Amino acid sequence: MADVPGSARCVVIGAGIVGNSLVHHLARLGWRDIVQLDQGPLPNPGGSTGHASNFIFLTDHSREITDLTMDSVAQYQEMGVFTRCGGFEVARTEERMEELRRRMSSAKAWGIEGELVTPEFVQEKVPFLDKDQIIGAFWQPGVGVVDSLRAGTLMRERALESGALTTVPNVEVVGLDVEDGRIRRVRTDKGDIEAEYVVIACGVWSPKIGDMAGVSIPLTPAVHQMISVGPCPQLAEHEGEITFPIVRDMDTFCYERQHGADMEVGSYAHRAILMEPEDIPTIEQSKLSPTELPFTEDDFDTQLEQAYELMPELLGADGAEIRYAINGLLSLTCDGSPILGESHVKGLWTAAAVWIKEGPGVGRAVAEWMTHGFSEIDVANSDIARFHEHQKRREHTRLRTTESFIKTYGIIHPAEQYESDRNQRLSPMYDSQQKLGAFFYETAGWERPHWYESNAGLLEQYGDAVMPREHEWDSRWWSPIINAEHLRMREAAGVIDLTAFQLFDIEGAGALDSVQRTCVAQCDVAVGKVIYTPVLDANGGFRSDLTVMRLGDDHFRVVTGGAHGPADRQWFADHLVGDAVLTDRTDEISTIGLWGPRARDILASLTDADVSHEGFPMLSCREITVNDATVLASRISYVGELGWELYVSFDDAAALWEALLETGDRYGTVPVGIGVYGTTGRIEKGYRAYGYELDAERTIIEAGMQRPKVKAADFVGRERYLAQREEAPKTVLCTLTVDDHTSSSGQKRYMLGGEPILTRDGGTLTDGHGHHPYVTTAGSAPSLGKHVLLAYLPPEQAVIGTELAVSYMEELYPVTVGSVDATPLFDPNNERMR
Amino acid sequence: MVPPVSVLVCVKRVPDITEEIVLSEDGQSVDGRRSGFTMSAHEECAVELAVQAAGTGGGEATVLTIGDAEAVEQLRNALAVGCTAATHVVGEPFSFGPADVAREIAAVVRAHGEEGRAHDLVLLGNDAADTGDFQVGIRLAYELGRPVVNGASMVEIDGDHVVAVGEGPAGQETYRVPLPAVVTIREGGVEPRYPSVPGRLKAKKIPIEERQPVGEPKGGGRVRMTLPPPTPSAVQILGEGPEAAPAVVDVLEKLGVLSPGKAAQ
Amino acid sequence: MILTLVETDPEGAAIEVSLEAVSFARDISAAGNGVPVDVVVFGDVSGDLRGELAAYGVRKVHRVTGDDVAAYSGAGWASSIQQVRDAAGSVVVMAAGTDRGNELMAHVAARSGASMAANVLSFSGIAPFVVTRQVVGGAAMEEMNLHQRPAVFTVAGHAVEAKPADVAGDAEVVDHAPSIAPEDLVARVVSIAEPASGDDESGALTSARVVVGAGRGVGGPDKFGDVLELTELLGGALGVSRVVTSAGWRPHHEQVGQTGSRISPDLYVPCGISGAIQHWAGCSSAKTILAINSDAEAPMVTRATYAVIGDLHEIVPAINEEIRRRGYAG
Repeated sequence: MADVPGSARCVVIGAGIVGNSLVHHLARLGWRDIVQLDQGPLPNPGGSTGHASNFIFLTDHSREITDLTMDSVAQYQEMGVFTRCGGFEVARTEERMEELRRRMSSAKAWGIEGELVTPEFVQEKVPFLDKDQIIGAFWQPGVGVVDSLRAGTLMRERALESGALTTVPNVEVVGLDVEDGRIRRVRTDKGDIEAEYVVIACGVWSPKIGDMAGVSIPLTPAVHQMISVGPCPQLAEHEGEITFPIVRDMDTFCYERQHGADMEVGSYAHRAILMEPEDIPTIEQSKLSPTELPFTEDDFDTQLEQAYELMPELLGADGAEIRYAINGLLSLTCDGSPILGESHVKGLWTAAAVWIKEGPGVGRAVAEWMTHGFSEIDVANSDIARFHEHQKRREHTRLRTTESFIKTYGIIHPAEQYESDRNQRLSPMYDSQQKLGAFFYETAGWERPHWYESNAGLLEQYGDAVMPREHEWDSRWWSPIINAEHLRMREAAGVIDLTAFQLFDIEGAGALDSVQRTCVAQCDVAVGKVIYTPVLDANGGFRSDLTVMRLGDDHFRVVTGGAHGPADRQWFADHLVGDAVLTDRTDEISTIGLWGPRARDILASLTDADVSHEGFPMLSCREITVNDATVLASRISYVGELGWELYVSFDDAAALWEALLETGDRYGTVPVGIGVYGTTGRIEKGYRAYGYELDAERTIIEAGMQRPKVKAADFVGRERYLAQREEAPKTVLCTLTVDDHTSSSGQKRYMLGGEPILTRDGGTLTDGHGHHPYVTTAGSAPSLGKHVLLAYLPPEQAVIGTELAVSYMEELYPVTVGSVDATPLFDPNNERMR
Repeated sequence: MVPPVSVLVCVKRVPDITEEIVLSEDGQSVDGRRSGFTMSAHEECAVELAVQAAGTGGGEATVLTIGDAEAVEQLRNALAVGCTAATHVVGEPFSFGPADVAREIAAVVRAHGEEGRAHDLVLLGNDAADTGDFQVGIRLAYELGRPVVNGASMVEIDGDHVVAVGEGPAGQETYRVPLPAVVTIREGGVEPRYPSVPGRLKAKKIPIEERQPVGEPKGGGRVRMTLPPPTPSAVQILGEGPEAAPAVVDVLEKLGVLSPGKAAQ
Repeated sequence: MILTLVETDPEGAAIEVSLEAVSFARDISAAGNGVPVDVVVFGDVSGDLRGELAAYGVRKVHRVTGDDVAAYSGAGWASSIQQVRDAAGSVVVMAAGTDRGNELMAHVAARSGASMAANVLSFSGIAPFVVTRQVVGGAAMEEMNLHQRPAVFTVAGHAVEAKPADVAGDAEVVDHAPSIAPEDLVARVVSIAEPASGDDESGALTSARVVVGAGRGVGGPDKFGDVLELTELLGGALGVSRVVTSAGWRPHHEQVGQTGSRISPDLYVPCGISGAIQHWAGCSSAKTILAINSDAEAPMVTRATYAVIGDLHEIVPAINEEIRRRGYAG
């Protein structure tokens, strides 16, 4: 066995599927002097990989997770450890069948082979399943099982053979030394290792290791129960590990997976059983392994009954016994995504909360990220920098995972909100909004009104123009009031609480260079100018899009969305030049938006400042006094109306809010929710949103956001961006309108996003990246009387007037391309903003 | 035709044994929260023998435990592998000494007798995996005034007798004892089975008889439990892989386990 | 008086652990103003046995004979011990922590309404009498009050060393032919089957000078060839871990451990046995342990005297070859 070396370029902590994959990919990308540690023995050190059920279903509603899964499958196949067996997701209820139709749509969007099938089809492939228990299924022939321990060994051995790696098992990490914000050293019970890079890839133990460096890795170990029943004669007569497809019994949150002569039954139906990483037993204290805890039978009662119901002859076969039963530990996070990337401690990376189906893909992505600064698959949703302070608390993870565990196989509406650990961040206007009957959504811990019940009276006024939705699913987490608010804003004005904006100032010598280096747009502008700009990574993909205000020669304020705020702040902090200093102002400055044809009248009646078009031109900002408070007003709009964002101290915000509503009332103004700001207002204007239309796999050109000139100053991604400008786009972001909403049942249906775009007769479209088009944003455009979809289309289809179809719940609806660049469908010349 | 026999099998919820034992803070018990709980291997075999003995003649196998609410898990496990009834004497297990336990089991046997379900045979484990007292079965026999065979690994009902076979110092010993009787079981004679799915589902539906202890437990005289200090490793590594063979044989020679008498001619 | 049960082997010699128990009894005697140490023996007491017991400082040898005790019965033998104790008035009744010893002391305790402590390692104080004993299969210890008289207990194997006394005793043989109540003879051994010759039954395992152990690491029921060959070359017995018997690879009587045989050979060679506590409880009395294991951190390796790290299927054949090469293969 190797000794612990005194130094290394990179130390990878963990020899599970993630750590092994990571060392392989780092070595492949040219890294040398890698040291991999694990507290346990090899090849199974006792973590979650060791007891994984090892099957892979391909389709997830998340593109990022699906891409990581597909990449992982390709890697497993290359290593020869993937066995294709096919898999069913079966439905016992009509509601589940509808969800399977949705999953089928996701499969089409991501290009995964699959079909919806009858119970008879299922029984033909799984003869011991009682078809009378189910009404249909989603069949994915590409589902398979892997040998994750073997894969880990192979990948580790490849790295060892290349001479890049030293692996030391049975060594415990006891400390991480951080100096000047950088990782310096890993302390172990067998000696210290000086290291430039350290990656925490030790699954359920990661939070404990992260704490050693003051880094929160907010995952929680959680129990997943599994039993193994056998030998079953029906299985024993077939050779090999797996002959029959895997069955996911979605309504009971269980799966049945053959393993040789045994049938494994796993469950996500039991109560959430969470643990603290510190309470995980040591190898010596464990009966089986630290992550195979004693089975708690009572929690499994119902599932056992349901599994027996589905496969009575198999599970009740003579001689078939429950030979193995565990409470297996796995990692859960508050939002269900992995935790990847560099922490606020430079050189200290994480790759945790990853499942077998994503392991090799994550290993590759993180290795690429460490090497190049970006990865081929955009993993922004998994970036450790995404967490807000309130999310770093263990309590938050505990509450959220308790709530979400039962939804592992659940039917989750795309707009579904969490119930637990809410009210973490309240804007100064919260009390007022409650009185107005605000329906709150949560963003970054902030409670944000999505619409106001106080505006319900508008429904009558606007009638069918609010585009009411007949189907419960389409109207869940939605209200026609949103559309009424929209119409009133366009007609008079609306007041919108934007407190959730993440705000940070960049000041001091080097401030200009800092923002110039980070932003695509020219930031060397006159003081008082407002700049809207993309932010790119080195590969020319989107990191963000945001606005920057120049408040002084050496003073810039960056305003970005709350959800992505921490990652943006980290990005700017990582790119500061000279003595520039970044200061977060989010929790002291509130933002109120005032937009609509009467916005100027309202503002003028509350200020002595000149707010005329000439006196306060577009894309300018300056401090004025409004309602006796000092306000930084910025003339900009995300909803395509005349108006301002008003930045005001928390202390003065509530009074300003009240004044705007009170004064506005005279002009027909109402409070307007984020439903308008985030969706209806923006898509009528064709505005793109980061995380929907914009991500690291998209370019400025494809998004149709290029400007005539590129600034001379260097910025991250400039070289790639210049090259992209010379190439024909492989895909083009378009706006489409739905021509007919009527389903076969006669009910009108409204897409919610994520649906595949097909030809009118249901044929597949493929863009220059090999991707299939899908809806990035869907929503009402009440001023157009249309339901609008944004989607990247192959260049050939990206022509105004092209007739296509959108598949929703496995029915086709006709759509037509309405815009192929950033030209808005509503007010194309932006006259209303003057 | 074998007459139906009623067997009572006594089990105890004990912490599963792992390499590193953790004691409770008061030193009165082993902390099994991390390792989990089980019944002793001896008792698993006793349950299997009870089920077999009862099953041959359509008899009853009742499982009994003394313990807290959690001990129901062990009763359910026994029911899942074929026991037909269960009795739970509710009490804090660590406060009961071997004499207390014997008295409580005897009280249940008598009570069941009065209720018309007398147990012909009582099976127990030879010793509990945690306390290792080696005496409950014998004390029970004296409480009941019944004969007892200790440490048998096989039992069979032979009419109104039980034939028990165990390992003695001079070989395999056979006892033939008239019923009613007590036998304590040592692992090795039968392979305990795992529960089947239907067995497990059936076990959930069998009601568990709950009883209160008949007497105040006097305890077993325990002051406290302690762990032996870890012995520091003094291992001498002779080498890695087959290359170490000469060094190994050097040691074997030094220890004198390769007597020259065995040397080749 | 302290009365200790001395068990004898088929040749009529005292077994090692009984001599340890007598040594333990002497320690109590020394702490308790020299109370005399007597022993009780079932069956013949040869001159050699008497001489050995004298060397161990025994005052009297209570010899129990007669038809009622010719065949073993727990209650019958215990009744005999009780009658000896009543006649001689002992305050302590003890035995070695063997199966028989534990069984008989449990009977004695139950009959006399006393407590019984199994597998005692040491005592700390005479009045009150407090003992420390093995629990959890030897993985933990329990301090226990044994205040009542008689104090009844067994001594854990190898808790003390068996060593002759500084001053020899008389070892005067006193004969007893107790009458046993019929109910105490109901559970009585009716037949004994001798272990078939050539078959390594557990008797051979517990008395073997060399034991070769085999665990999960062997890999399957058909992969014991090398290990069996080594066993043969060393003239020893094969002992296996519980995993191996549970999997049905080898018969149960070969199991070493808490629920199997407890061995105390001069040399134990565990191959591919990690050394879980259940197994350790059965082999910790080995004088020398030479472990062969692929994991240098396995508990069996760290607790061993010697170890070789690597694949047992490569190492064991090499050792066998080396033994033969040096001319030991007869």
